[in-house]
Amino acid sequence: MEYPDANRVRPGISDDPGRRHFLEVFLDTSVVASLVSFFYPVLRYLIPPVQAELASDTVLAGHVGDLKPNSGAIFRFGSRPGLLMLTADGQYHAISAVCSHLGCTVQYRGDLHEVWCACHNGTYDISGRNISGPPPKPLESFDVFVKGQDIYVQRKKNA
Amino acid sequence: MATLDQVGIHLNSAESRSGRLLGLRMVLAFFSMLLLAPLSLAQQTKNSCLDCHSQLDPPLHASPDEYNASIHTQKGVTCVTCHGGDATSDDVDKSMGAAAGFKGHLDRKQIPGFCAKCHSDASYIRGFNPSLRTDQYAQYLTSVHGKLLAKGDTKVAVCIDCHGVHDIQAPNDPRARVYPLNVAQTCSTCHANAEYMKGYKIPTDEFALYNSSVHHAALVDQGDLSAPTCVTCHGSHGAAPPGVASVENVCSTCHVFQAQLFDSGPHKDAFTSLGVPGCITCHSNHGIQHPSDTFIGTAEGSVCVKCHSAGEPGFDAAAKMHESLARLDSAIGRSDAILNRAELSGMEVGEAKLAQSEARDDLIKARVSIHGVQTAKVDQDVQAGLAVAQKTYQAGLAAMAERSYRRTGLFISLGITLIVLAGLALLIRKLESGSGN
Amino acid sequence: MGAAASMRHWLDERFGWNQLMAFVEHKTVPRHRFSYFYFLGGMTLFLFGLQVATGILLLLYYRPSPNEAFESVQYIMTQVRFGWLIRSIHSWGANVMILTAIAHMFSVFFLKSYRKPRELTWLSGMILLFLVLGFGFSGYLLPWNTLSVFATKVGTDIAGQVPVIGHWTLIFLRGGEDVTGATLTRFFGFHVAVLPGLVTLLIGLHLLLVQRFGMSVPPSVEADWRANPARVQEMRFFPNFFLRELMAWYIALAILGALAAFKPWELGAKADLFASAPPGIRPEWYFMFMFQTLKLLPAKIGPVAGDLLGVLGFGIAGAVWTLLPFLDHEKPGRRSRWIAGAGVFALAYFVGMTLVGYAAK
Repeated sequence: MEYPDANRVRPGISDDPGRRHFLEVFLDTSVVASLVSFFYPVLRYLIPPVQAELASDTVLAGHVGDLKPNSGAIFRFGSRPGLLMLTADGQYHAISAVCSHLGCTVQYRGDLHEVWCACHNGTYDISGRNISGPPPKPLESFDVFVKGQDIYVQRKKNA
Repeated sequence: MATLDQVGIHLNSAESRSGRLLGLRMVLAFFSMLLLAPLSLAQQTKNSCLDCHSQLDPPLHASPDEYNASIHTQKGVTCVTCHGGDATSDDVDKSMGAAAGFKGHLDRKQIPGFCAKCHSDASYIRGFNPSLRTDQYAQYLTSVHGKLLAKGDTKVAVCIDCHGVHDIQAPNDPRARVYPLNVAQTCSTCHANAEYMKGYKIPTDEFALYNSSVHHAALVDQGDLSAPTCVTCHGSHGAAPPGVASVENVCSTCHVFQAQLFDSGPHKDAFTSLGVPGCITCHSNHGIQHPSDTFIGTAEGSVCVKCHSAGEPGFDAAAKMHESLARLDSAIGRSDAILNRAELSGMEVGEAKLAQSEARDDLIKARVSIHGVQTAKVDQDVQAGLAVAQKTYQAGLAAMAERSYRRTGLFISLGITLIVLAGLALLIRKLESGSGN
Repeated sequence: MGAAASMRHWLDERFGWNQLMAFVEHKTVPRHRFSYFYFLGGMTLFLFGLQVATGILLLLYYRPSPNEAFESVQYIMTQVRFGWLIRSIHSWGANVMILTAIAHMFSVFFLKSYRKPRELTWLSGMILLFLVLGFGFSGYLLPWNTLSVFATKVGTDIAGQVPVIGHWTLIFLRGGEDVTGATLTRFFGFHVAVLPGLVTLLIGLHLLLVQRFGMSVPPSVEADWRANPARVQEMRFFPNFFLRELMAWYIALAILGALAAFKPWELGAKADLFASAPPGIRPEWYFMFMFQTLKLLPAKIGPVAGDLLGVLGFGIAGAVWTLLPFLDHEKPGRRSRWIAGAGVFALAYFVGMTLVGYAAK
């Protein structure tokens, strides 16, 4: 890059070609380096992240075959735990796993066919309705979709 | 709609056979039928009682609004059913005359028995509400109120004191004085009145204490109608304080785990031999507060030092349990702090935050397991929680490392920028050199 | 002919390239004790370009619906590589740009650069300022957190106070009676399509006018130079002034990067339309002076509502300020001194009320 070395007001210029060349190289390199430091993040940004979708209303909770009949497993729904259950009749059910009493994580009890909280012995049915013990409110229940081998859990849409 | 044999008159009952004036009964039945068939006419048919008494001052005042809204009136039980008399006539002599069977004001002592005439008759009540209980009177006779009434004390509560007189509602009606949200207020009408309760030798601060309690908060603030109110622990019709031996049974109706743990530990026998009740010795009965970790331990304000002193194994156990809980609590707090800092800086810590809830579960379980007052059991839960908290703390550290990586990146780019700025400045100087900048 | 020279020749035959280059070569910038203020316009332009670039990048991941807006911003902040950087630069950049725009306006005011023949430059600049404030207001809603929604509610409420057209304006802005998802869609449309289009046109006009008339010189310096022509000093735009501007732009970018790394823009909590407004709701700092004024006005002044008088007052003040070049006299005199005084008052009021607004919380 050549820089014009005449200036309207200030005539005369440093005529040391070595210094001039060094300055040019120095400036060019550092400008290029700065541009790289600006555009590197932009390029990384443009590449889609691993988790391509927002985890807002729907989440992949598991795969067919993960759960045995009459058992349940915890999955992550956003930032809270959810409980996915497979009942003996082959139906999937999903509810929030955050106990409405004090927030402990509930579990499915195959022996009781109910959802149970180990902290204070609260019980719910598989649709999340609170049956006995301290829980004052039911657990939010979700819709379950099976697509191929994938089990998706989705928040219920407001009517 | 009331039929002949339902309206307060049991033509087949022993009483009628024992010789009440059949004529009087038929008159009563006739007039009652006029009043009660069909149901809605109960409010539109002539009611001379209300016509006059709505104009009178208390204590003779009867409010038509209250009366019409009451459940008795809705079901066809009217003024005449309880008071006798003739509601069709405006002539005082006729309507309130002996000929019409007017009973007038009932003596307080007679009230429970009087209400029981219908409410203890299972086959009668079945005609109105088959699931309504009919043992209230039997229970009442076993209660403190009932026993004192039998001895002649008319200051105690009878049916109308809690249920009202002309404004009775079903207990699940929010307007009822015995609706769960209203029960404590109803009991407190006498039991919080120090003047009224003079001579009974029981405290009158229960209402105030209860209002400050977690049970009250659950009932009123959280709207949990299953939360305990006075009648839950004391009974309603059979109201009496639970005896020392049965306090634990009452509390364990809801607090199952705590009771099971208590029974399995050394406190159960100790308390029994000392003759102190379980649960309320540490938690109190009416003014139950939310326990904190300072409840257990050896510091001032803990419940353990009420019985245990330094040097005893119980004292040491208390200290150990407190220390365990405190350790887990602070470990969770430490992880929370670092995860929050990371999140505020824009780091993704969702998984770790989710795992934190597991540690919190363990702390909650530990706080329950202390009821067995055995350090080994408490430590089990605490160790599990500490393991989780350690993992989440590591995750927090990793997130902060990522943040440092960002800042390093920033400083590198800042460094390059400074070099560029220096270069530009030099270039400008060079271009304009000759007379200095 | 070398490659560069033949390309120049090709462009010149079709577009008059050499003439354009000659103009650029000869463009100068006056040098005097107020010259530093000349940086502000270019800085605002640079920041606008930065906003467009980061805005387009954000557009690749942002979703303008109430169900997903907040989550998508969260996604950008936590999942997308360097998303935190792009988003924070955009949010901080917006504030810095509005600051430089306001500073640019005040410097033009006090240096009296709006005088003939530059009246339209001032006018287009004022419209640009209003559009930029519109950018700030519409963009603020897009993350759909508690602060955004309530600040929008308060802001559109105030717009609704204007007599006659107020209610219609409120409906138009909100897409309905209340702030809802419809508002979000609408504001998104304003923010990424309508406003950029208008601003681009106006910037084009504004820059064209600046090139046409060159840089203005403040009256005192002008008088001095007229008396002493030897004292006239100028600097070539290319490369001298431009290199200095480039330094300023690098510094600005460095500051924004540092802000992004050390004080990332908050995510907040997702908006709950049914919750009541949290205490201490306030608009962004550039609207604070108006907001604080309205808060201080009594409920009623005579027969008229205090708020209404406040809104009208600001409206009239804004109109007068915009029409400034047509109100000021050419020659220095009492009127121009009054106007300068009014400007000092306006600046002091703006700064003072903003500070009061923050201190009051």
